[in-house]
Amino acid sequence: MSRPNSLWEYANPTRFMRLTDKVLPLAAVGAGLCLLIGLFWGFFLTPDDYKQGSTVKIIFLHVPSAMMAINIWVMMLVTSLVWLIRRHHVSALAARAAAPIGLTMTLIALFTGAIWGQPMWGTYWAWDPRLTSFMILFVFYLGYIALWAAIEDPDTAGDLTSILCLVGSVFALLSRYAVNFWNQGLHQGASLSVDKEQHVDNAFYLPLLVSIAGFVLLFIALVLLRTRTEIRARRISALIARERQG
Amino acid sequence: MIALLKRDLALALRSGGGFGLSLAFFLIVVMFVPFGIGPDSGTLAKIAPGILWIGALLACLLSLDRVFQLDFEDGSLDLLATAPLPLEGIVAMKALAHWLTTGLPLSLAAPILGFLLHLPAGTYFWMFLSLLIGTPALSFLGTFGAAITVGLKRGGLLLSLLVLPLYIPTLIFGAQTVVLLADGLSNTTAFAILAALSLFTFAIIPFAAAYALRVNLR
Repeated sequence: MSRPNSLWEYANPTRFMRLTDKVLPLAAVGAGLCLLIGLFWGFFLTPDDYKQGSTVKIIFLHVPSAMMAINIWVMMLVTSLVWLIRRHHVSALAARAAAPIGLTMTLIALFTGAIWGQPMWGTYWAWDPRLTSFMILFVFYLGYIALWAAIEDPDTAGDLTSILCLVGSVFALLSRYAVNFWNQGLHQGASLSVDKEQHVDNAFYLPLLVSIAGFVLLFIALVLLRTRTEIRARRISALIARERQG
Repeated sequence: MIALLKRDLALALRSGGGFGLSLAFFLIVVMFVPFGIGPDSGTLAKIAPGILWIGALLACLLSLDRVFQLDFEDGSLDLLATAPLPLEGIVAMKALAHWLTTGLPLSLAAPILGFLLHLPAGTYFWMFLSLLIGTPALSFLGTFGAAITVGLKRGGLLLSLLVLPLYIPTLIFGAQTVVLLADGLSNTTAFAILAALSLFTFAIIPFAAAYALRVNLR
């Protein structure tokens, strides 16, 4: 195989399949290793926090999943734009493949946050701006996935979900800041501040980085796997359609 | 464009539909709230602005599926799309017609229904004004949702799932305009952002909705 001249050559499904055939196992093994090391390091080899005790260790699941929940939406936005502008099918399929993963990450972030919130804040759920924004993100994912599921023709579905993703991104961002305004307006100052980054010590920081890397690799492996499945499904339906004609 | 607006208004007013139905729905929602939470006037006064906003928002949602559906089914949407008018303009007119038949009557009805919920004195005018300024954003965003789901057989439920998340900022700033005033605070910021949201949707939504329509008419 000759060296590709540009990234766009991987928009060709055959090339994409050939490349991901090699990348997928690497990403999967890397994800497994990073998660194993990061989580083991984080859970067993870090000291307890003097205020929060061992509950602080949920950070190794919570922070990476929350980061991924947002980044996956951004990735979907980029692939949607690529589909709208350059009409590469792999791009639309990758956006479709990423959405349920993003939904799951949002759920993981919400649930781990709730589990941590019970001993720390005394409640599983509070209408804190950050929690609320994640709930909103969750609803946006739901709508996006539902639209993909509702439309049969793949090109129409790609177009409509892409435009929904663009408009949705704008309004998700608006909602995020609107929620800040709303909470400030209703409640006293944020006594439930969630700015965890500020008081993270190096002892927590390094294993956190490893588990973030693990989550990123896990996402890459899953999205490649799912995109490959989508491409194969598309090929099968094309073959069936051809057989019916001929 | 004006002719199109007149046609849509005439259709909405004469075909026994849109306008009366959403008002009746709004009234029923407001009437149900005391049933659900009890008739205590202090509690009702506290939640009245939010209830009125949510009621108006849901009533707006109710009539969205007919924005394009009928024209799509009888083929007039294809004619409109091939007409010399830009599709973006058609979308904007459709949204405007939707607002005139739902958002405007709802804004007018809100202070009257607010009376039933013991809306704090002095906020009646702002209740009306916030809905008057905010509901156009709801109509425009809803038109976008209607354009996306127009080709679907049973798009109604999906339409609400797609459109409701987009309504969050409008709801927050709209309700806050009234809530802040009721709490004795300045509501200028909330009201300014609400107006900005409406203007913003006028600027971008016709393009997004027209794109979605072109895809559906392909």
